[in-house]
Amino acid sequence: MQTATNKVQGKGCDMKLNDCNPVAHTPMHHGMTTPPARFDAREASRWFFRHGHTGWLGLRFTDQGDNWVELELPWREDLLGDRSRPVLASGPIISLMDMASGMAIWQASGTFNPVATLDLRVDYQRPARERASVRGRVECYRRTRSAAFVRGIAHDGDLNDPVAHVAGVFMTIGADPRQANPALAGESNA
Amino acid sequence: MPERLELPAYARSLGIVVIGEEGGMPVLSVEFGPMVEGRPQHFHGGATAGLLENAGYAALRTALLAAGRDPQLKPINITVQYLAAGKSQASFALGRITRLGRRNANVTVEAWQDDRSRPIATAVMNILMV
Repeated sequence: MQTATNKVQGKGCDMKLNDCNPVAHTPMHHGMTTPPARFDAREASRWFFRHGHTGWLGLRFTDQGDNWVELELPWREDLLGDRSRPVLASGPIISLMDMASGMAIWQASGTFNPVATLDLRVDYQRPARERASVRGRVECYRRTRSAAFVRGIAHDGDLNDPVAHVAGVFMTIGADPRQANPALAGESNA
Repeated sequence: MPERLELPAYARSLGIVVIGEEGGMPVLSVEFGPMVEGRPQHFHGGATAGLLENAGYAALRTALLAAGRDPQLKPINITVQYLAAGKSQASFALGRITRLGRRNANVTVEAWQDDRSRPIATAVMNILMV
C-alpha cells in the first residue's frame, strides 16, 4: 500500500474561496440602478486562470452567451499526448471541457456557487490539427435544484468539424458544502 | 515492465510517474501541487481525469507489449465518474483491461488517495488500435 508521504507545504496559491469569486472582484462599473453583479465568464477568467491547474494549462477566455462559455487551450509542446505527432493530448482537453462546463453553469445561473463534477464523458471525433489550439464551447442546457447538465464541443477553428463532443452532469453544492449539503458532510476531513 | 513504459509529454509535464505495479499493471501517481489544483486545496477534475487516462493507456501499453504488439493508440471516448473530492495529497491510479480486441480495447481505471478501498474517481475508456 502506498502511503502519501508528501506534506503539502507552501502551496502555490493562498487563495481562499472568496478570492476566486469573480463577483466579489467585479468593479462597480454598472449604473447605480443595476442589481449586484451577475457572474460574468469574461470577468471571472481574469481571476480563474491565474492559479492552479487551469493557470498551468494557460486557459483563456474567448466567448460567452447566456448559458454557454467558450475557452481556449493554447497549443504547447509539453502537452503532447503522442510522441509521433505534434497534437494536444486528450487529457488537457478534458480539463478544458470540465472548466468550460463549470463556467457555463455559473453563466446560466448567474451566480458563482461551487459545483462538483459527477460524470463527464468525452467522445473524440478526430485528433486536433497539428500545432493547433483547441477551443471548448459548453452550454448548460438544464438546471435543477441539485444538478446541472451540460453539453458541448471541442474544436480547432470550425464549429462544424469538432474535435470532440462532451456531455456532463454536475452537482450544485452550497457555498460551504459541509454545511449546506449534509450528503457531503462525511467528505470534509480525510 | 514499468521501465519499458514511456509516459507522454503531457503526463511527465503534469508530474505523473509510474511508482510500481499491481497484478502486472503499472500504478501511476501524481503529487498534489499548484499544477493539479482546482478549488483551493483540491484536485481539479481535469487533472484527475488526466491521471486516470494516463493509467488507462499505461495499462493498455503494458498488455500490448506482453502480447508483442505495438500499435498506435487513438482515443475513442472516456467517461469519468467522480466519487469523492480529490484532497491535497498524492493520488494513485491503476488501469485494468476489460477487453483487448484486435482493433478496440476497453479499459477500466480507478483512482484513489490514502485509502485504496475508497476510490475518488473511475473511468471507462475505449481505445482504437491501428
